[in-house]
Amino acid sequence: MAKDYVNDAEGHAALIEEVLAAYPEKSRKRRAKHLSVAQPDPENSTETEIASKCDTVKSNIKSVPGVMTIRGCAYAGSKGVVWGPVKDMVHISHGPVGCGQYSWSQRRNYYIGKTGVDSFVTMQFTTDFQEKDIVFGGDKKLAKTIDEIETLFPLNNGVTIQSECPIGLIGDDIEAVAKQKNKEHGKTMVPVRCEGFRGVSQSLGHHIANDAVRDWVFEKGEGAGAGYEAGPYDVNVIGDYNIGGDAWASRILLEEMGLNVVGNWSGDATLAEIERAPKARLNLIHCYRSMNYICRYMEEKYGISWLEYNFFGPSQIAASLRKIAAQFDETIQENAEKVIAKYQPLVDAVNAKYRPRLEGKSVMLYVGGLRPRHVVTAYEDLGMTIAGTGYEFGHGDDYKRTGHYVKEGTLIYDDVTGYELEKFIERIRPDLVGSGIKEKYPVQKMGIPFRQMHSWDYSGPYHGYDGYAIFARDMDLAINNPVWGLFDAPWKKADAA
Amino acid sequence: MSDLRQIAFYGKGGIGKSTTSQNTLAALVELGQKILIVGCDPKADSTRLILNSKAQDTVLHLAAEMGSVEDLELEDVLKVGFKDIKCVESGGPEPGVGCAGRGVITSINFLEENGAYDDVDYVSYDVLGDVVCGGFAMPIRENKAQEIYIVMSGEMMALYAANNISKGILKYANSGGVRLGGLICNERQTDKELELAEAMAAKLGSKLIHFVPRDNIVQHAELRRQTVLQYAPDSKQADEYRQLANKIHNNSGKGVIPTPISMDELEEMLMEFGIMQSEEERLAMIAATEGQAVAG
Repeated sequence: MAKDYVNDAEGHAALIEEVLAAYPEKSRKRRAKHLSVAQPDPENSTETEIASKCDTVKSNIKSVPGVMTIRGCAYAGSKGVVWGPVKDMVHISHGPVGCGQYSWSQRRNYYIGKTGVDSFVTMQFTTDFQEKDIVFGGDKKLAKTIDEIETLFPLNNGVTIQSECPIGLIGDDIEAVAKQKNKEHGKTMVPVRCEGFRGVSQSLGHHIANDAVRDWVFEKGEGAGAGYEAGPYDVNVIGDYNIGGDAWASRILLEEMGLNVVGNWSGDATLAEIERAPKARLNLIHCYRSMNYICRYMEEKYGISWLEYNFFGPSQIAASLRKIAAQFDETIQENAEKVIAKYQPLVDAVNAKYRPRLEGKSVMLYVGGLRPRHVVTAYEDLGMTIAGTGYEFGHGDDYKRTGHYVKEGTLIYDDVTGYELEKFIERIRPDLVGSGIKEKYPVQKMGIPFRQMHSWDYSGPYHGYDGYAIFARDMDLAINNPVWGLFDAPWKKADAA
Repeated sequence: MSDLRQIAFYGKGGIGKSTTSQNTLAALVELGQKILIVGCDPKADSTRLILNSKAQDTVLHLAAEMGSVEDLELEDVLKVGFKDIKCVESGGPEPGVGCAGRGVITSINFLEENGAYDDVDYVSYDVLGDVVCGGFAMPIRENKAQEIYIVMSGEMMALYAANNISKGILKYANSGGVRLGGLICNERQTDKELELAEAMAAKLGSKLIHFVPRDNIVQHAELRRQTVLQYAPDSKQADEYRQLANKIHNNSGKGVIPTPISMDELEEMLMEFGIMQSEEERLAMIAATEGQAVAG
């Protein structure tokens, strides 16, 4: 079993020391708190039978000035993650044009609909602030923009206002505009105070966006939830953004089990799905980091319990299906077993084909707030090992949960700097690195295979059983690509020989 | 252009900056100086006494109307008033919206780029109340005003403001070379006003340039949208402004890097002059009034 590997804890600890040595004293002290090696945790036992202690690192703290952090901003957290995928609303990038330009097209959040008619995810709307809007305030322009959207795209079901930095600096009253336009057009208007300078990473943007759902959707009335008769198997999927179709690959499993997915937040989502959510029986949460806030609120306010699950790789999928089914009656539980059995041949075929090609290959991960732990078991299902992992914007509770996934001795790096990550990769020389676009090319130039783990490198889905097959294929494509055999120049090879 | 002198008037809101500066500049013309006034207050009331009119069209409003500041011509915003004094108002948003500070930066850049500063001997900035943000510090940054004149009085808040403005000057003094030209006391007839103003100037390492006595003729002129120099050129008050203009003219290059004091020091000074009570005095007084109340 891939679980049986041992990480070189001492070597990793020494590596941390070596990397930290490059910093001046003050930065070294600050960065030291974010780097660690997963410790043994004998008291904690979990269903995965893996337990280590990863919450020894500090997290969710301001990045050290001068380092190249990989983090994003609050606007990215709200517009790019939480709100942007809601397909039947128009999301205005409110402020100067750059933030909108660079978040155009969203994050491969697939959706069904006619773009520009009833769906708007990949379109870009901005108030394109000019100097005079800064000096005189941009509320009038915002109001006009909303009116124009209403005229040009009458099938929109609402508008969100995604604040860029200057909105908070000049103190525009976007809430007043939202209220006014809600009266005039009778549609949901959501002002989001996600100015980029707020907080230490995109994480606060998620929280602010969650609060905006609460304040400007839930507390404004039932909306599409009015008169909806809830069924006994109604569930919401929360925190699946349908990257490359992830949510669709997840939804079929839940539906085959007999559950009724009434809302998927926020990949391929409509406003109505959000409005109906409080009627559901259970919230299933995938990306805990970005959407736990609204789940907690729904639990308090509507008494809906929530359950974290993991649809990466067959081990976690089966465990999650059983865990979810346990919340319901025996029929659902039997169905869950049937679903697991139904897909077992597919899993066996994938493993038979790819496992021999991937067995024993080591991986280093550096992703956002969920995947640094969630994808670990999927790699292990393919016989691969995890040498190191870390979060851009995880909090303490994420690192605590990471201990249920990674083995002791795993290198843990929080808000890693460009320098640190490069050094770690250079010294560990894993067989694969999974991170983002900014990391991709430096890593490949080191001669190390790479997969983007935010966008699935323009592939996907990776969720569910269907996703596992694609995931396995993609990792094989990266690692066993013949290009790596051509990495050294022929004349240098001759020298070495 | 090397002898272009740039000065700025700062001070607490309502202290009489605009009135004092316009009267003084009107007097400065008599010394043969060509002057440009740049109003840096969203209220746009820095030039009305010179132009004898209500508020003039401002740089920012015209720019907003036309689309952007690049669409604007200098002639659109530059008006000529009493004795050929050139006047520009920066303008800005109505209270409570937008960013007036950014507006000041925008208009000053526009004026410089479009040659408003060519062919004048003096540029005078009239800036609102306090240095509330970076935008309103624009005139004291590099290559702008060489000397700042703080208009103040013997009132406590005016002294607080003077001290705060000095902090702003100090911040830019080393990088940009701005200096405190001195204090101008606009008489409010508070206790020991002249002495207090001189003491404050001394604390700041500067001097009291002039003590402008209170005279109703200033109000009379102002009601007619005129400076005293225009309304009553032979009056005693007009001579006061002439003296002040002379002193400023001869103060070129004599500005200092101010030494702003701490709040404690400032309050101590006010106590010395009996304007503020010390804690003990205050408690004693409360005890006394309570004693009286009980007795009564």
